[in-house]
Order: sequence, then C-alpha cells, then structure tokens
Amino acid sequence: MKRSIFRHQFLPWVLLAPQLAVTFVFFLWPAAQAGWQSFLREDAFGLKTEFVGFGNYERLLQDDQYLNAFQVTLVFSVAVAVLALVVSLVLALAVDRMIVTARTYTTLLVWPYAVAPAIAGLLWWFIFNPTIGLLPYALEVVGVDWDHSLNGTQAMILVVVAAAWKQISYNFLFFVAGLQSIPASMREAAAIDGAGPFRRFWTITLPLLAPTSFFLLVVNTVYAMFDTLPVIDSTTEGGPAQATNILVYKVYVDGFLGLNLGSSAAQSVILMLIVVGLTVIQFRYIERRVEY
Amino acid sequence: MVERRPVLNLLAHAVLIVGVLVVAFPVWLAIVASTHPQTAFQTGLIPVWPGTNAFENYSVMLGDGLSNMGAPPLAGMLWNSMVMALVIACGKIAISITSAFAIVYFRFPFRMLAFWCIFITLMLPVEVRILPTFKVVADLGMLNSYAGLTIPLIASATATFLFRQVFLTIPDELLEASRIDGAGPLRFFRDMLIPLSRTNIAALFVILFIYGWNQYLWPLLITTDEGYYTIVAGIKRMAEAVDAIPVWNYVMAAAVMAMLPPVVVVIAMQRVFVKGLIETEK
Repeated sequence: MKRSIFRHQFLPWVLLAPQLAVTFVFFLWPAAQAGWQSFLREDAFGLKTEFVGFGNYERLLQDDQYLNAFQVTLVFSVAVAVLALVVSLVLALAVDRMIVTARTYTTLLVWPYAVAPAIAGLLWWFIFNPTIGLLPYALEVVGVDWDHSLNGTQAMILVVVAAAWKQISYNFLFFVAGLQSIPASMREAAAIDGAGPFRRFWTITLPLLAPTSFFLLVVNTVYAMFDTLPVIDSTTEGGPAQATNILVYKVYVDGFLGLNLGSSAAQSVILMLIVVGLTVIQFRYIERRVEY
Repeated sequence: MVERRPVLNLLAHAVLIVGVLVVAFPVWLAIVASTHPQTAFQTGLIPVWPGTNAFENYSVMLGDGLSNMGAPPLAGMLWNSMVMALVIACGKIAISITSAFAIVYFRFPFRMLAFWCIFITLMLPVEVRILPTFKVVADLGMLNSYAGLTIPLIASATATFLFRQVFLTIPDELLEASRIDGAGPLRFFRDMLIPLSRTNIAALFVILFIYGWNQYLWPLLITTDEGYYTIVAGIKRMAEAVDAIPVWNYVMAAAVMAMLPPVVVVIAMQRVFVKGLIETEK
C-alpha cells in the first residue's frame, strides 16, 4: 500500500463511478436476478409465478439430462485441458532448444490465439465434414466411418480438437516463459553429473514447471467450461443426443430457446458457484507463488 | 542449451515443423476454400490447393453478402466488429485505469467494498448470467445498438488489477515530487501515471481488442437488426444456411475476413502482446 496518497474524498468516487455503474447494472443486478429466479417457477404461459424454494435445484439434480451435462462437461474439460497442455508443452520444449529460430517458430505458433472460438469450431467442422471433409476421407481408408452428426463419441472428438486447437498458443507462450525462468545452471549441473536430456526433463524441468502447469490447468478448465460455448454452438449444438451438451450451453439452450427460466436460473447459480471455486483455487495458488 | 545433441535438435525441428503445419492446416484449408467456385464443394473432397475464384468470392461477400440466406455484406459487419472491438478495448482500459488510480492513490470509506465489487465480476462470466443480463439490456432499450453491444462487456477486473499492480510499483517519491511541484491528482494521473503505464496499455489493448472482436454469444443474442450484426456472430447465421446449399467458398471467405484483423494485430504487436499476456495473468 502507498504511504503518500491524495486526501480528496469525492474525486475517487468520480473515478470509480463508470466501472461501478457497469458492474452493478450488468453484473451484480443480473446475477442477483438469477439467484432470485432460481427459487421461482413459471407456468408454461408465463402467467403465474410461484415461489418453490429449492424446487428447481431438486428437479435439476434428478434430471438425467442435467446429470449427463455434468458428465459431458467433465469429460470435455479434462480432454481439452490435457490435449492442449501436452501438445503445447512438447512444442515449448522444442522451441526452448532453439536459439536462432525460436522467434520465427513462436510467431508461427502464436496467431491462433486471435482466432475466435466460433471460427475455430467452423474450421474443424469443415475439415470433419462427413461428405466432403478431408479427415473423414482419410479415416475411411483405415476403416473408420465418420459421421459426428450421428456418433456421440465422434462429435465429442470434434469439439475437443477444435477447442484445444485454439488454446495451444496460449499455453505455449506460458510454457516458454516458464522454461526460460528455469536457471540454465541447474540443467548444466545435472548434465555434469551425467543426467541425460530425458532424465533432466523428469527431475528438473517438469517439477520446476509445476506452478506454470497448475496455473494453466485452472485457466484451461475455465476456458473449456465457459469460453467454448461458441465452439459447441457453431459445430454440434450439443448433439447428437446431448453427447456434447456442456453445462454453459445447456443454460443458454434451456433459458433462451426452451424459455425454462427457473431451471436456467438455477443452472446459472450452480455454474457461478463452480466459477467461484475455480477462482478461489487460482488465487490461493497465486498467493502461494508470491510467498516463494 | 546445455550440450550438443544433433539428433535431439533435429527432432525438435521436426516437432516444431509438424506443430506449425497442424496448427496452420485448418486455416490453410479455409483460405483455399475461399478461392474456389461453389461447384468445388458439391461432390468429392474439399480442395487443398488454391483456385482462381478468390477475387469474385471476396467481392461478392464484401459488397453484396448472401442476402437470400440472411447474411448482409461483410463490409458492414466488419465495421460493426471494428467499432465493438475498439470501444470495448478503449472503454475497458479507460474505466479500469481510473478505478485503479482511485483504489491505489486515495483512502476513502468503503474503498475495500468497491474493490471487492470489481473483483466479483471475475466470477460472473457473461455466459453464466446471460438471460438476466439480456433482460436488463432489453429493459434499457439497448438491443440493436452499439451501446448494447459494448457497455455490458466493458467492466474489467483483470485490467483494474493489472493497473493496480503497475501503480503499486511506482515509487512514492514520484508523487511527493509532483506534489511539491504543485500537481493535483488529475495532473499527476495525466502526466505521470499514464506515460509510465504506456507499455501496459498497449499490451492490454491487443488482448482486449481480440476479446471484443471475438465476442460471439452476446452479439448473436442482442442483435436482430442486420445493420448491427458483427462478423463473428454473423458467420453462424451463414453456416446454418450452408447445410442446405454448399456455399463453402463464401462462408470460408467470411471466416478468413473475420480472422484477419485480430491475427494481424497479434502478429504486428507480438512482442508487446506476449509480454503483456504473461504479466496480465498475474
């Protein structure tokens, strides 16, 4: 905290006003609305509203489709995070060996960060298109019949690949920064002691990358759970048969297309609790890193 | 590098080249598809080498759009996206830098409460509270307007924290010196803090520009008037039509145009962007 400050009392409120106004009107108020709505139930015509307590939540937790969405979200998030982290770590390790060409390779790998998730979905939808796409054609050669509009597992693979593809550049940049912060002297000392490159990776590089990896794991989970809605919407739209219907997408579909306000609001509240949990994990970890 | 390992170096190059190719592959196909006539997509396989129809496809999309499929000309949508991205980026930076200034350089009642209110927005992504937020915007009459596209997305806890972090590293002596020279808070803010955080502002601008440009669900929901469609959200409406008639050449031309501005920004400002990204995320 600062020792020298200004003594004005009115000015700071003027400075804060725009941010606080937007926060109240478009964040806190709607969130409170969602909380309140989650205890109400409307009839089919929106004429009558009654207070049902935790009724909407109870219904949700008994709803097979909702439990299915939970499971789908879990599989999807883990798959996206693992795929995006492993690929980007391998690429970062390779770039870390480069001296002259590191910058060029970085430029060539960094730009997908700028591609919108919706477009990433569209691009992979094109490649996996069952009638004219390249990958279904290649897969047919090895005997796989690809049609993600019928096969739930294939639809899941499609959205995982599209979502992970977009996230690789982000993870890559953080892994490169993490690798650069590992002192070369450690690896040199290990090399003098006779440890080969693979031994050094497992005993030095990987443990020292643990904070970066953990941070990225949280960020990737948040990304997969919340930012991938456009990927789903531009490809499978949650289908076939709910196979790719993740939680955020279900909130949107039930609320906007199904107009089931109470249930959608209850789902929103559950999602908010998940975000709060993830944010707390992220910040606890950051505080720990500051201590070190 | 610790030791000479020619085989490993070769392997590393191979990994990187494969990585670059895999990463670029979908975009390459999109560019290729946007250069072929519509007939290339009716049967067989998607082309992998550029055709000769590029000029026609792009001029059709930019000028006329696919009006029979509910897609207005790209030029208008690109303009809307540009307005949205710029207003969001500049707006977020402006309101966050003043908030951070207030929180770091003043002591006033409820200061911590204000800080926490801003912090909480981190935990409320728009996807999660989409329905009530939509309702607020509808009640305020902000559907189908630039204000509705931008203002609800403009609060930023991340940017506020970043500026707070920057300000905390600025030595107290600077404030004391300016005060002796007779500078008030606003003068100090304009002549000291803003110039000192210039590189952070630039880095943040890149990140927020991309954030604004790539918005999807929000513009999709609150714009029903073609005049306010943004390109990223507009593509969804086009792709829906594609299932019926394979106009992949046009859709991919639109996708390429939608990717181009943010990709150019990232590549042109790579150095400041990379540094900023890694610092912004705490």
